[in-house]
Order: sequence, then structure tokens, then C-alpha cells
Amino acid sequence: MSVWVFIEGTDSGPGESALEVLSKAASHGETVAIYLGEASEQVLAELGRYGASAVYVLTGGGGLPAAAVSITLAGLIEQESPEAVLFAQTYASRDVAGRLAARINRPVISNAVDVAFESGYRVTSELFGGTKLVETSFTAQGPALVLVRPKSFAAEPRGGTVGRVEEHRLPEAGHAGSAQVLGSKVEQSEGPQLSSAKVIISGGRGLGGAEAYSLIEEVAEPLGAATGATRAIVDAGWVPYSKQVGQTGKTVKPEVYIACGVSGAMQHLVGMKDSKRIVAINKDPEAPIFSVADLGIVGDVHNVLPKLAEVLREH
Amino acid sequence: MRIVVCVKQIPDPATPGKLDSETNRLIRPAEQILDDTDRYGIEVGLNLAEQTDGTVCLLSMGPSGTMQGIRQALAMGADQAVMVDDPSLEDSDALTTARVLAAAARRQGFDLVVTGVESTDGYSGVVPQMIAEFLEVPALTFARRVEMDGADLRIERQTASGFDDVRSGTPAVLSVTAGAVEPRYPTFRGIMAAKNKPIETMTAADLGVAQTSGQRVVSVEPAPERQGGEVVEDDGTGHLRIVEFLESAKVI
Repeated sequence: MSVWVFIEGTDSGPGESALEVLSKAASHGETVAIYLGEASEQVLAELGRYGASAVYVLTGGGGLPAAAVSITLAGLIEQESPEAVLFAQTYASRDVAGRLAARINRPVISNAVDVAFESGYRVTSELFGGTKLVETSFTAQGPALVLVRPKSFAAEPRGGTVGRVEEHRLPEAGHAGSAQVLGSKVEQSEGPQLSSAKVIISGGRGLGGAEAYSLIEEVAEPLGAATGATRAIVDAGWVPYSKQVGQTGKTVKPEVYIACGVSGAMQHLVGMKDSKRIVAINKDPEAPIFSVADLGIVGDVHNVLPKLAEVLREH
Repeated sequence: MRIVVCVKQIPDPATPGKLDSETNRLIRPAEQILDDTDRYGIEVGLNLAEQTDGTVCLLSMGPSGTMQGIRQALAMGADQAVMVDDPSLEDSDALTTARVLAAAARRQGFDLVVTGVESTDGYSGVVPQMIAEFLEVPALTFARRVEMDGADLRIERQTASGFDDVRSGTPAVLSVTAGAVEPRYPTFRGIMAAKNKPIETMTAADLGVAQTSGQRVVSVEPAPERQGGEVVEDDGTGHLRIVEFLESAKVI
């Protein structure tokens, strides 16, 4: 019996959140990485280092691959009966996990923040914007399907190597697999990234307008900070989605998170409440963000941020 | 195009969700509101119906209550609603929910099933994909822009690093992100008309489906709460307090 970890390959390999899940699975025992994409020697070495003892490489399959992937995975599960299939909760993984669950008629638990490998598995997941923790176990026969929130585990190299590599070509998935991808566009922001920056500075509605987001950037620059945003200002079109922090955006855990004009809606808190330290600037002394902030400044971001940027530039 | 838009009535998110301490089930008040994120799917559905001379049928599963949320959705302009309301479906997981919605969509007849990306109260985020698998159609997920391209759909699909340009024929399932469109506000006429629009109510047995469960809630605990720290009024030196704080955190 083994634990499988589904990994959506990117241009730069497995990606951090997948390595986090792989590390966790490897701490339990034999781990198979299911890798969607071209697995170079370098990728295989990295998967081995983070704990995969075997890698099943899924190749072929154009368009949106989730339908074909779930057909292949369902077949492999039938033959090999893994204990669990774990997924980092990314876009492509959600598509695969959902389709696979329906295909093999097994529940999938989303928003997991911990997994205990014992009989029936015990998965801890977040509910109500992370204010409640729910422990769930699987009852019927079949693998435990779990979508794990990014940053739930540390990605730790274990120094192993991959012993076995199998290639599985994705099948035709008929109409379900017929959507075509005509092109892909990268919109990733340049400079410090939300996933790895030590300091993040985020803006919300309190900025007042799209042009005021430059105040955030001016403070970020001398700090070497990544810049983030709430769903409200992403929906309003002020900044691209890649900056969104929260339930439907990125989960971050920097040393310091500076929330500017952010009220602190559940949707946002769930993505940043595990930051080591939080600073909040908001005009409204009643804003929920202050209840999680280590330092709260009741004031206008339009006054505070320019002065902060100036001092930091001279620092 | 025959468009089915999945919507959900949820307890007002402004009031924190409550669980029954014995059953660990979410307590759903009779007065529930339309999940705000569903307004985007409704808007996309209405737009596509207008472009294709089509129809929009709302589909929802859960206790009907006062139907306030469904009337809100009808007031935006949908033609009719189908409500699957059955006590045996209480506490359904994502898989049962998707099976029920897929069965109801099939019964209704559809070219396109539109959903949000995830509900505000449960946010499992996998129901659209499950519906697509049950219906054996493509799942056009995380769409942030939707248009018709001849008889096909053309979407910008959000990815971790940007977006994909995706084209698909129908039938299909389409999940739209908040922000894909600007949802219309119901007009007074729309609100009045919604009172007389047909709402069909059905049970799990009508659809030939039943709740299955492969999981069990073991415990529900409050998450560890963060303690708030010092809150100070900005007297013109607030920025210096932040600099001090950043110094003590050793990030500058």
C-alpha cells in the first residue's frame, strides 16, 4: 500500500505546494508521485529528493487534461489500490480531484490543513473561513482523496532517489476531453513573489481607487516586499488576480504581513492569518483586521504610506 | 442555448455559521440569501442566453425556506427555477450535491451548466468538476472571461501563472470566477416579475438519486485564534511605529 501524490508539472518543475504535499506523504511511507507533464532527469531527481520512491509520468493529452487524467488514475487505482491520493489545492489539481472523485465514487476532502495517516485516515480541514477545524475520516472502501491547502506542510528534501519510473499515455476522453487550449498567457508579477517573500504588503478597498495602489508599490520597493490584494480590489479590476490573497487566491505565510485599507473579511483572513506578524493600517477602528494584527494603526493609508515609503527609502 | 445556472441559498455570511453541537450539521435558518458569488454565474448565463436567444433555468439544492435567495436570483432575469429540497439530502457532501445537480440538469435538458467556482459557505471547490464528470462533458473551470465564438464557447481560464485561452463546444459545464462580469442589479420590474416565475420543487426520489457517504465528521473544534496586539491612533507618527516594528522583526 502506498500514498500517491498528484503533481501538475509547470515550466519550472513540480512547484512548491506539490513538494510540500510530497514531503508529508513521504513521512508516512512509500510514496508515488503522479506527474502530469514532461519529466526531465532534473524533475525526477527533485521528486526523489522530496520523497517519491516511484514516479508515474502522465504524457500526451492536449487541451484541458483533467478528464483524461481521471480515466487513467481510476484505472491505476483499480489495479494498485493506493491508500490515498493527495493533491496540492491548485487549479489543475482541483479539476482532476473533482472528476476523479465522481468517476470512482469516492468523497474528496478540500481545504485540508493536516492529514493523519491512521486507519480510515483523519483529515483536518478548515471551515467558516478558517475559524473552525473539522476532523473527518473516510469510511467506505477505496483511497482517501484529499486536496491540501498550500503552506500546510514544509517542503523538506529527504535525500532519496526515484527507484521506478513508469510512463502512462493519457487516453482519448471523448467529448469530456474535447476542450482545446489555444494558448497560454503568463501574467506573473515580476519582483518578489507572494509565495516566498519575507514581507508582504497588501491593499484593499480602503485605498479608494486603482491609482492609489501605487502607494503599496512605493512601500514595497525599499522593503523588497511582495505586493498583494484583497478579492474586492481584484474583482474591481484594480490589480490582476495573481496578487489576490485569500480563500480564492493565494495562501501566504510571510515574516511580516502589512494590510493597508483591508477590512479583514473572512475570505481574506483565511489566506494570511498564519503570517508570523501582522501590521494593519485602517481608518475604521472597528475593522476586523485589527483583531488579528500585532500592530494596528488607526489612520488613513493616504497619509501613512507615503511617509512610510520615504523613511524606508532613507533607511 | 438552454442554460442551467446552479445557485445556492446560504445563511447570511455576515453572521458567523453555526453548527448543531450534536450532529455537527450547519444550522440553516429559514431566511437564507443568494450566495453573492452566484450572481456572476447568473450574469454570464443571462448574457449568453441574450446572445443565443436562449433560456436560463436556475437550479438549486437545499432547504427552500422562504425562497428569498431564489427570488433574488429570479429577479435578475432568469426564466424559471428548479429546487431540489429533500430532508434526506441534508448534510450532503460535494459528491452527493454534484450527483443531484447533474441529475436535475439532465432531467431539465441543457446545453450549458453554469456555476460559481465555489460556494461561500462550504467552499469545497470541486462541485463543478464533479457535475461535468457525471454529465460526461468538458469542465471549463475558473473562467474569468466568457464569450461565444460561433457555436462554441471561448473562455479565459485562470491559471496559477496567468490564463489559458480555451475553446469548447457544448454541452459543457462552465465555472466562473467572481469578477468575470459585473452582475446586474434586479430592477423593480424584475423583482415584481420574480414573484410569479415558476419554481418547480422536487425530491431525490424524483431524480432517482440518494445520498451516499464515504466520510464521517470526527470532531469540530474552534481554530486557535490569533491574539490582537496594540492598536494606536495615527497622530502623524504612525509610520514610525511601523518602522520600529519592522526593525524588531528584523526584516529591515
